[in-house]
Amino acid sequence: MYKIVEKRELNDQTTLMTIEAPNVSKHALAGQFIILRIDEQGERIPLTIADYDREKGLVTIIFQKVGATTKRLGLLSEGDALLDFAGPLGRASEFDGLKKVCVIGGGLGTAIAYPQAKAMHDLGIEVTGIAGFRNKDIIILEEEMGKVCDHLHIATDDGSNGNKGFVTNILKDLIEGGEKFDEVIAIGPLVMMRAVSELTRPYGIKTVVSMNSIMIDGTGMCGGCRVIVGGETKFACVDGPEFDGHLVDFDSAMRRGAFYREKEQISVNHKCRLTGETK
Amino acid sequence: MANMSPEKVKMNELDPKMRAKCFEEVATGYTAAQALEESQRCLNCKNKPCMQGCPVNVRIPEFIEKIREEDFLGAYEIIKSTSNLPAVCGRVCPQENQCEKYCVRGIKGEPVGIGRLERFAADYFMEHGKKEEKEIKKNGIKVAICGSGPAGLTCAGDLAAAGFDVTVFEALHTPGGVLMYGIPQFRLPKEIVQKEIDSLRDMGVEIKTNYVIGKSELVDELFEDGFKAIFIGTGAGLPRFMGIDGEMLCGVYSANELLTRINLMKGYKFPDYDTPVNIGKHVCVVGGGNVAMDAARSSLRMGAEKVSIVYRRSMDEMPARREEVHHAIEEGIEFNVLTNPVEIIDNGEGAVGGLKCIKMELGEPDASGRRRPIPVEGSEFTIDADTVVMALGQSPNPLIKNTTEGLEINKRGCIVVNEDGLSSKANVYAGGDVVTGAATVILAMGAGKTAAKAIIDSLKA
Repeated sequence: MYKIVEKRELNDQTTLMTIEAPNVSKHALAGQFIILRIDEQGERIPLTIADYDREKGLVTIIFQKVGATTKRLGLLSEGDALLDFAGPLGRASEFDGLKKVCVIGGGLGTAIAYPQAKAMHDLGIEVTGIAGFRNKDIIILEEEMGKVCDHLHIATDDGSNGNKGFVTNILKDLIEGGEKFDEVIAIGPLVMMRAVSELTRPYGIKTVVSMNSIMIDGTGMCGGCRVIVGGETKFACVDGPEFDGHLVDFDSAMRRGAFYREKEQISVNHKCRLTGETK
Repeated sequence: MANMSPEKVKMNELDPKMRAKCFEEVATGYTAAQALEESQRCLNCKNKPCMQGCPVNVRIPEFIEKIREEDFLGAYEIIKSTSNLPAVCGRVCPQENQCEKYCVRGIKGEPVGIGRLERFAADYFMEHGKKEEKEIKKNGIKVAICGSGPAGLTCAGDLAAAGFDVTVFEALHTPGGVLMYGIPQFRLPKEIVQKEIDSLRDMGVEIKTNYVIGKSELVDELFEDGFKAIFIGTGAGLPRFMGIDGEMLCGVYSANELLTRINLMKGYKFPDYDTPVNIGKHVCVVGGGNVAMDAARSSLRMGAEKVSIVYRRSMDEMPARREEVHHAIEEGIEFNVLTNPVEIIDNGEGAVGGLKCIKMELGEPDASGRRRPIPVEGSEFTIDADTVVMALGQSPNPLIKNTTEGLEINKRGCIVVNEDGLSSKANVYAGGDVVTGAATVILAMGAGKTAAKAIIDSLKA
C-alpha cells in the first residue's frame, strides 16, 4: 500500500497529493509518469510526476477530478493509502544543450510544466513560463512557477486575472518581440499543444509536447497509447510521453482520447451492486 | 489389462451456446472414474517416449501409474517434483506437440490424454491435498527474479526449494504475467494461478509488485543490493501491428490490450470494475495463434454478435492449440483463412467501418517450414467489422535491455543466452519469451528450470 502523506486542494477541481512510494522516487525525473490503482476494482491511470523527494521516498501528483477514478481519488484523505503506485515510467525530459526555453502549461498541464521548469532552472537554463487558465479561480502553482521561471506570464481565457488571452497569443508576442527560444515545451490539452506546435512551426522552433494517452500497463505491453509521430507508430509509455510536436498526428490522438467517453460516464454514475456505494 | 480404446476418454465441457456468453471454465475436467479409465490406456512403455516431449521432464508414466493405483495425491507429488505449475500446464500446454506427440498410443488412434490426467491430479490436490510443511534449509544467498510469469515463477520455485533467498519483482500489480493478463478465465481460472503463486509464497518467495526493473530499480543496482544472481523473465510484451492504414482508428486493439483489459483488469465485470472495454457487434481478430483464439472467444463473451478470425495461411498451418481451435469453432467463431488484411476502413467518424482483405494462396515452404502465403491479385474484399483485434505476436519488452549495459541482444530484440540460460553479463540469466520471442508457457517454464539449475550450480560451488 502507498500512503497519502499530503493532500492539498489547489482549486475546486484540482488536487495535489504526495504519496509515499520509494519504488518510484528513487529514479524519478521530470517528464516521467506513474500509474496508480486505488483499489481492487479500480482502473490503472497514468499521472505525470509533479515533484519528488528521493530522500524521503515521496512522489507528488496533481490531478483534476474529471473522471471516475480521479473523482474517487479526490475523496481520499491524508493517511489513506492507494493499492498500487508504479513507476517512474516513460522517458525523462532531455535538456542537453538548452540555454533559453519557453515552458507552456495549459490548465492542469501547468502541474506537469512545473517540474520541467524547475529542472531546467536548476540546470541554469533561462526559463520563460506561460500558463493559461479558463479563469482566475482555477489558476494553480502561480507561486511555485514564479520561483523557477525567469519570466512568468499567466493568461486567462476570460481575462479575469487582468490578462486576457490564450497561451499562443503570449507566445506569439514574445517571438515577434524578438525572443529567441532554443525550445518550446507545451503541456496541456491536445488542442492547445497542437495550436502551440502550429504557431512555432513557421519559426522553426523545436517544440516538445507531452502526450497523455489512454494506457493500461505503461510498460509497452498493451499498445493502447500508440501515437503517430512522423508517420511512425510510437508508444507514449515507452517512447514518450514527450514527442516532437511538429511531427505528432494530433487528429488521431484526439479521436483515440475520446474512445471511452460514454463508458466513463457510466462509470461515474455507477452504483456498486455489492455495497450500494456510488463511486 | 490396458484399456485399448483408440480414443481418449472425453472430458466434460460446458455447452458451447451457454459458455459463449460467460467466462466460466470451458472444460470441467475428468472425474476420478474418468481419470482412472484414461490412465488405463497408458502402456507404461519402458523407454518412456512421452517424456522426451516435455520441456520440464515430468515423469509421465510414473504419475499415470499412480492414478491407475488410485493414489491421486501420489500422482500429484510426482508431477510437482519437476513442474512448479501442474494445474496450469494441464490446461494450457500444447500437448499435441509435446508429450502426446510421442505417445505410442497415438500411432493407431489418439494418444493418452496426458494433459487431462495432469490436470486431474493437480485439481485433485487443490481440493484434497494438504500443504506439507517442508523444512527448507536456507543458504542465505539472495537471488532476484525479474518478472513473475511462467519462467520467473518456475525459476523462483526451484531456487526457493534449494534454499535460496528469492525475491520476485513484478511490474504489474498482480503476479502471474501472461497467466494473469493474457490467458482468459474460461481457459485458465485466475483462482488456480493464484493458488500456485500462494504456494510459492509459502515456500518463502517474496514477490514485490509495482516494481518495474529497468525503471524503479536497475539490474546493476540489484547486485549492489546484495543479490548474487539475477534471472530475467520479462516476457514478450510489446505488441506488433501490421503497419496498414487505419490501425489508429478507434476500435482497433492489440490482442494484448483487449485481453489485459478483460483478464487482468476484469473488464468483463464493468462497471463494478472500473476498466471499460469497447467491443462492437462484429469483431475481426487477425492471427492464428492461441492469443488470437483467446481474443476471439473473449470478444464473443463480451457480447459481440459475430466474431471472425482472419488468418493468412490455412487451417493446417494455424499455430494455435488444436483444442482451442476446436472450441472456437464450436462456439461459432467464423474462420476466414488464406485471407490477409490490407486496410482498416474508416467509418467516416474515425472508427472502424470494415476490414479490407485480400485472398491468399500457399506457395513454397518458407523459413518456418510452413508454405508461404502469397496474395491473389485482384481478390480484395471487405469484411463488415466495427472492432479489429491484432493478434500478430509480440516482441520482447525493451525496458531492461535499454537500461542494462553489457547485455547482448539479438536482431529481434531478444536477450542472447547460452545453454544454461546465462547471458553475456556475469550472473545475469534469462529465459522464456524474452529469449525466444513469443512461445509457450511450458517452454518458458523449462527455461526457468534450466537457469535455476545453473544458478544453483554456480553459486553453491
